[in-house]
Amino acid sequence: MLELQSIRLTQGDFTLSADLTIPVGARVAVVGPSGAGKSTFLSLIGGFEAPDEGRLLWNGQELTKALPHERPISHLFQDNNLFAHMSAAQNVGLGIRPNLRLTKAEQARVTEALSAVGLSGMEARRPAELSGGQQSRVALARVLVQEKPLILLDEPFSALGPAMRGEMIGLAKEVSTRLSATMLMVTHDIADVDRFADLVIWIEDGVCLPPRNWEEMKVDPPQGLKAYIG
Amino acid sequence: MARRVFSITLWPGIIAAALVTALTLGTLGAVAIRAESFSALSRFDWLAVRFTVVQALLSALLSVLFAIPAARALARRNFAGRGLLITLLGAPFILPTIVAILGLTAVFGRSGFVSIVLGWAGLEPISIYGFHGVVLAHVFFNLPLATRLLLQGWGAIPAERFRLASSLHFAPKDVFHYIELPMLREIVPGAFAVIFLICTTSFAVALTFGGGPKATTVELAIYEAFRYDFNLGKASLLALIQVLICVLAVVASLRFRVPQMGTGGLNRVVQRFDARNMPTRMLDLFWIVAVSLFLLAPLLAIALRGATGIVDLPASVWSAAFRSLITALGSAALAVLMSLALALSALRWRGLEIIGMSSIAASPLVMGTGLYIVLFAITDPANWALPITALVNAVMSMPFILRALGPALSGAERDYGRLADSLGMTGLSRIRLVLLPRLRVPMGFSAGLAAALSMGDLGVITLFARPEAATLPLQIYRLMGSYRMDQAMGAALLLLGLSLALFYIFDLWGKRRA
Repeated sequence: MLELQSIRLTQGDFTLSADLTIPVGARVAVVGPSGAGKSTFLSLIGGFEAPDEGRLLWNGQELTKALPHERPISHLFQDNNLFAHMSAAQNVGLGIRPNLRLTKAEQARVTEALSAVGLSGMEARRPAELSGGQQSRVALARVLVQEKPLILLDEPFSALGPAMRGEMIGLAKEVSTRLSATMLMVTHDIADVDRFADLVIWIEDGVCLPPRNWEEMKVDPPQGLKAYIG
Repeated sequence: MARRVFSITLWPGIIAAALVTALTLGTLGAVAIRAESFSALSRFDWLAVRFTVVQALLSALLSVLFAIPAARALARRNFAGRGLLITLLGAPFILPTIVAILGLTAVFGRSGFVSIVLGWAGLEPISIYGFHGVVLAHVFFNLPLATRLLLQGWGAIPAERFRLASSLHFAPKDVFHYIELPMLREIVPGAFAVIFLICTTSFAVALTFGGGPKATTVELAIYEAFRYDFNLGKASLLALIQVLICVLAVVASLRFRVPQMGTGGLNRVVQRFDARNMPTRMLDLFWIVAVSLFLLAPLLAIALRGATGIVDLPASVWSAAFRSLITALGSAALAVLMSLALALSALRWRGLEIIGMSSIAASPLVMGTGLYIVLFAITDPANWALPITALVNAVMSMPFILRALGPALSGAERDYGRLADSLGMTGLSRIRLVLLPRLRVPMGFSAGLAAALSMGDLGVITLFARPEAATLPLQIYRLMGSYRMDQAMGAALLLLGLSLALFYIFDLWGKRRA
């Protein structure tokens, strides 16, 4: 499980605090008004921000000071998930070796991952030659080959239309199931939460509430969530 | 606290910065040690100081003054060839000085086109030598620069303001007063300062069109003290004065927002409802034609007169061309490598970039003098003419290269830094797979720029070269001095072709596959 023990991070006059535990294999939606600290929360777990206080543990192993690539984590960011000057296969291959010197077997894994996300035969295409949905598929194929037990999604599909977004969330779920991975996704759309989440972390004014079952939360929402849904 | 995984080794950047510092401050130090007291300066030398400042002020003033109506005409008129004209406005930057000098001579010289026309009218021919010749050449180089800078200013004015002006029924003079004048107030001082700075370090123009007590710049005085009198003390003293002038000009320009030379905002023509009447149309037509003629006539003259001369160039010209080509390629490689090392290290240590930019206030002749003094103590400096030329030109082009590479590099880090961090792309993988592919376009442009600038150099080479080992610009200058104008024109056409080809090939390499 992922443990955030008395974490505090101050940026100017904004303070994020979290003291919570996320069970292994859970699918967690991170929800809250804009500016509440959702992306900062994910950056903290990902290692792009270091907390001023507190500890971060994955299955008992200390992660607080680890660099992003040393953590057992795959990332999908809001944008720039693919290098524009590289082919789909190269973008996926980076998930196996960051210097792109792949063996035959590793190249086969790339091809297999691309076909698993429905992109067989598109290995040589560059991001500019792919649709928005296909670009998301390439990024998910990379998550597949990275084989990390924790996946962080920071609204990666927000630029897609509603139908395509639903499809991508479905695919992301498949990926996490296949890897038996824990998945955290930032979103501001309640429909996404319905599609995706077992648990929800509600963040408001920098305070991260412990994850709760989404069905229960809908019946008894925190004060801010009621206003947020409207 | 946000943190970065990417840590690049600093030492290549530090070596590059040390090299630049040695060339800017180090040479100055070498010069200062040799300098005598100020009393060693004659009245003649003080006249050179005055001339340097006065001609630079006048050149900057005229360039900016003519650029205002020219840029306004380009900003509000769309016509066939507009894009070409704007591209052409960028050409003087990489045009070898000696080529422009020959072109201007062919148009404005004693036996040039303008004098011939004046002769038909029974008037005396004009001369291009002296004060006005120097200013004319400086305006030729800097009017296009000023026009491009101001055109960007016009491009940055939101189109809505002009729409609002038309709904308020503004006349052109109201538009000028309320919309254009505030923009000009912001951009003109910076443009003026940049051009003033460029003109204070003028050497080749003063060498050819100037000379004598009335038209000698400090740079030329350094050269003369050095070459004719071999008076190192005096050359050193003049070098210090030159640096003082440059530093004062830079300090003065820091008070203004110095416009950036970019490509943005040049292609947009704003719809102008106030400028549709006949008088404004004629006015704009006049300025567009006048600027085009002023720019194109000297280049056409070179092409026409050089075409006959290029067929029977002496072997000395071809070997000089070969030497220049090698020097230019070496200089481009040095400039790009040093700038790259600096720009990469500057991601971690901002100060390094400022050191790389510092040569903007340095004078190549001062660097040359300093290097000569240092080398003279060890060996025969003439043996080092070409490497020194390559190195000095590389350092002189670094400010422009850093300006091209810096934004691309920080853009790549901004867009892809997190992704690369999360994938563990560090060290050489990061440079090879993330940064270099994104830098290809500015690197091609930079290499082309550095090669062309070095190819056309007629500065530091004049201090060092042996008569039998001249570069192409120096060889052209000599042909000019011995009145073999047809050969000089032919060689100038060759130099023009080589410089443009170098720039074009490198630039194209960068843009291919981009």
